[in-house]
Amino acid sequence: MAHERDIDALTGTATTGREWDGIRELNTPLPRWWLWLFYLTIIWSIGYWIAYPSWPLVSSSTVGLLNWQSREAIITDMDALKAQRGPMVERLLKSSLAEIAADENLSQFARAQGRPVFLENCAPCHGTGGGGARGYPNLLDDEWLWGGRLEDIALTIRDGIRTPQSKERQGTMPAFGRDGILKRPEIEAVADYTRTLAGIAVESGANLELGKKVYAEACANCHGADGRGKRELGAPNLTDAIWLYGSDRASVIEGLWNGRGGMMPAWAGRLDESTIKALTIYVHTLGGGVR
Amino acid sequence: MSLATAEPRHEPRDAGPAPAGAEPAVVVPVAGRSPSPLPEPDEETPLYAARRKIYPQAVHGTYRRTKWAMLAVTLGIYYLLPFVRWDRGPNAPSQAVLIDFPNHRFYFFFIEIWPQEVYYLTGLLIIAAMALFLMNAVAGRVWCGYLCPQTVWTDLFCAIERWVEGDRREHMLRERGPWTTERVARLGLKHVLWLMVAWWTGGAWVLYFADAPTLVKDLATFQAPFVAYLWIGILTATTYALAGHMREQVCTYMCPWPRIQAALTDEHALNVTYRYDRGEPRGSIKKNAALREQGAPVGDCIDCLQCVYVCPTGVDIRDGANLGCIQCGLCIDACDTVMTKIGRPLRLIAYDTDLNIKRRQEGRSAQVRIVRARTLLYAAVIAVTGVVMLYALASRTTESISVIHDRNPVFVRLADGSLRNGYTIRIVNKQRVTREFALDIRGLANASHEFIGVPGSTDGRRIVEVGPDQTREVRMVVTSRAASMPPSTPIVFQITDVASGLQAQANDYFRAP
Repeated sequence: MAHERDIDALTGTATTGREWDGIRELNTPLPRWWLWLFYLTIIWSIGYWIAYPSWPLVSSSTVGLLNWQSREAIITDMDALKAQRGPMVERLLKSSLAEIAADENLSQFARAQGRPVFLENCAPCHGTGGGGARGYPNLLDDEWLWGGRLEDIALTIRDGIRTPQSKERQGTMPAFGRDGILKRPEIEAVADYTRTLAGIAVESGANLELGKKVYAEACANCHGADGRGKRELGAPNLTDAIWLYGSDRASVIEGLWNGRGGMMPAWAGRLDESTIKALTIYVHTLGGGVR
Repeated sequence: MSLATAEPRHEPRDAGPAPAGAEPAVVVPVAGRSPSPLPEPDEETPLYAARRKIYPQAVHGTYRRTKWAMLAVTLGIYYLLPFVRWDRGPNAPSQAVLIDFPNHRFYFFFIEIWPQEVYYLTGLLIIAAMALFLMNAVAGRVWCGYLCPQTVWTDLFCAIERWVEGDRREHMLRERGPWTTERVARLGLKHVLWLMVAWWTGGAWVLYFADAPTLVKDLATFQAPFVAYLWIGILTATTYALAGHMREQVCTYMCPWPRIQAALTDEHALNVTYRYDRGEPRGSIKKNAALREQGAPVGDCIDCLQCVYVCPTGVDIRDGANLGCIQCGLCIDACDTVMTKIGRPLRLIAYDTDLNIKRRQEGRSAQVRIVRARTLLYAAVIAVTGVVMLYALASRTTESISVIHDRNPVFVRLADGSLRNGYTIRIVNKQRVTREFALDIRGLANASHEFIGVPGSTDGRRIVEVGPDQTREVRMVVTSRAASMPPSTPIVFQITDVASGLQAQANDYFRAP
């Protein structure tokens, strides 16, 4: 763009000829070494083209002399990490769960290993903090449907709950209403009665006599005469403050009518043995683990 | 047009008769003070300017001596400080100044800084910035002229250059002459010496990051880690390039401080100033003597250009305040030497202000105002920051605790209806012995707490052992059996050193529905 040449009086340097509110811009030339540095960066980039993958081709790209690939780089990094963790993983495999829990170093390592595994695999149902949700047990409290000792947790993780793999953990809550085992008034009465076991106040018109009778016939077999549950059947304690599906009357009636029986997947085969051990220690130390 | 015309102020226009022992006819920056007329503009402004090589001439005088002294002190500190020992007892390094990256510690004599105390650095940076501003408010760019590493190393490299290739004139003549064996030998020797200084610079740098005597031995026997050699290489390269080759271009093109300084300065800052009230009209010594006899007004400046020849950045101070001027005062020494020779008063160039020049022209006395609002403000900020830092250092404790409340879930209801909160606590032990801390939680009635994953912590003692100079993270749960709880109850986590009774606290909350 041609413009009127204008020289700044103070510096003797030409200006760009533009002016903003009386301020003019000097057209100071760049130092020549800067130009050489710029050329140097271009030459440097040619080195990159030769050494690394760069130019796109129709279905791939140029490979580069170093044969470097981001996919291989991450595999290398992961292998290095595995090698670094190797001795500790080896100790995890060799030690029993009790030994791991007793060794502070090893249990710290197990917790660090277990946390990302928990977040990847368990958090969708049990929550990132293990706090659970309606139908998905809270892993931090002190009620465990199938046991909260290290071996119990490990078995739950390995074989799951109510899965084909699980030999023992198959017990379910029958659908008393839907399957016609109990009548509607019986279900309502037993729901009220059950809630009183946990100390929850019920409406004055509740037929607790009928409820007690129905409970003894239909429920006590699994939940026990006193309502404290049977862990081998996965039958929850009905007398405490923890209700997996909620303690309101409607939820209890819903459970009685349709039955309950949430499923936990089996992780043996999907997670390797050291990972299952690490995950067990992690879950056990969330706060609810039973010794 | 030649590139030189891009900077017309350096075109000799009316340099007057050359002084005795004139320079070889190399293009040397010369400027007349007369304002206009400006040179004819060329057709196209060049996009790139070649560097004008500068041959700073040797000079003697007050400011040169000051610069040598500063050079000796600053380089002395830089090269020798890593070897100063400081006894910290067992389990700690005995180096006075050490940046210990592998162990995450910074040692400075009696001060030990942990990574979480890096905020001390904020105070240091504030003090450094304010000290720079204060220097600038008092005497312009004295930092640039005397203390900046770029100035100090460039000065050293220039001295080596003058020593090997001769002073300004000899050096320029040699460069214009043929390629003799001697010239090649001198050039080679200069670069070898430069590289040795640069290498030593890099060598001293790495000593701040490891035990210096051990590292020196390892470096000499090629046992040192690769990264040490790498950093020596990097520092050697940068020192050689910046002090040997880039020199004043670092100041004029790369450094942001001249621009910031230009915006911060005021009319009372004592800058290196050509007293044009005394110097103008300039002229050759003979011409001026003749004019003086006729009673015509003459200045003291005899246009001998000594001030330009000694300038390490190649500026002409007689052009006034200048971006390139680092205010080292060497032109003052050069001019004083000439003034002594011609029997005129000293300090035609001096640390002065343009304001004083105007005052003298108006017949008023010169005025030096060092104490003024901005210097007081800068000094006050430095003092306050210093006091805060000293207080922080003096009140630094050797034990501390921090607490993070579990966020998901914030509370857990247990089977018996009680509530439980989870916390992750970290106990810091800044002493170099293993210590046992007793943990108490205050603020909750009818509550208990339990460590998780700390074997042996269930014996009711609630004691956590923390290794020497270490931290320990522990997960714990607090259970309240109170019948009813407010949504949030403030609680205090307190650790007590079982042996010494020293305490530290952290505040958190117990959450309920």
